[in-house]
Amino acid sequence: MRIPILKLNNLLLVSIQIELDDQSALQLQEDLLEKIHQTSAGGVVIDLTSLDMIDSFIAKVLGDIVSMSGLMGSKVVLTGIQPAVAITLVELGIYLNDANTAIDLEKGIEILGKSGVQ
Amino acid sequence: MTIKSNIPIISEWDIVAARQAGREAAKKMNFGTVDQARITTAISELARNIFLYAMPGNIIVEEIHENNKYGLKITAADQGPGIENIKLALEDGYTTSGGLGAGVPGVKRLMDEFSIDSEVGRGTVVVAVKWL
Repeated sequence: MRIPILKLNNLLLVSIQIELDDQSALQLQEDLLEKIHQTSAGGVVIDLTSLDMIDSFIAKVLGDIVSMSGLMGSKVVLTGIQPAVAITLVELGIYLNDANTAIDLEKGIEILGKSGVQ
Repeated sequence: MTIKSNIPIISEWDIVAARQAGREAAKKMNFGTVDQARITTAISELARNIFLYAMPGNIIVEEIHENNKYGLKITAADQGPGIENIKLALEDGYTTSGGLGAGVPGVKRLMDEFSIDSEVGRGTVVVAVKWL
């Protein structure tokens, strides 16, 4: 299933509302990079509020999205990671240290605004 | 009725199916949200391992009663190539697929009990239990 990517000024917004399978995660990676290229968006917020689990594969794809977007010059903020998901990820040994995070979508947009992306 | 489901892992979509079966079982057994996340994540890792390395296989999710304890047991059984060096497979960061290598050692940390039995050429059985 394709995850919609919305454009808001110089930002792209993604809210993952489906049970994320491997193919959809990889499709999102490709679609998002293409959209960054098309729109020259300076920042991306990926909202993960609806995800009740993130396994090592999805975590790897998210980490890759952060690195790849960074290479293109676009800053990614991951928002809304649930308490249970944060606990499970750290127990798995996954820290996503290179990723910018924020409590919610609003704060994520704010962080990008403060770093000059609007 | 006792909860038991058996999900054959023959395609990538079955990873999601196994995860959903685990989530449903954990909810029915009244596990908290954190344990539900641990259980679904563990199943996802085990199912993906079967999909990547050892198809065909099965994920069995069932409730168990033992010495007044109540728990959820995950069995991941495959007829794949088997694991030559189990000790290495249980090390953090060890991967042959370019992944994070967090899968198997991660499952051990997420669950309360963990055992792995593998024979080269025959297959692997991983059993993991979360007590309520």
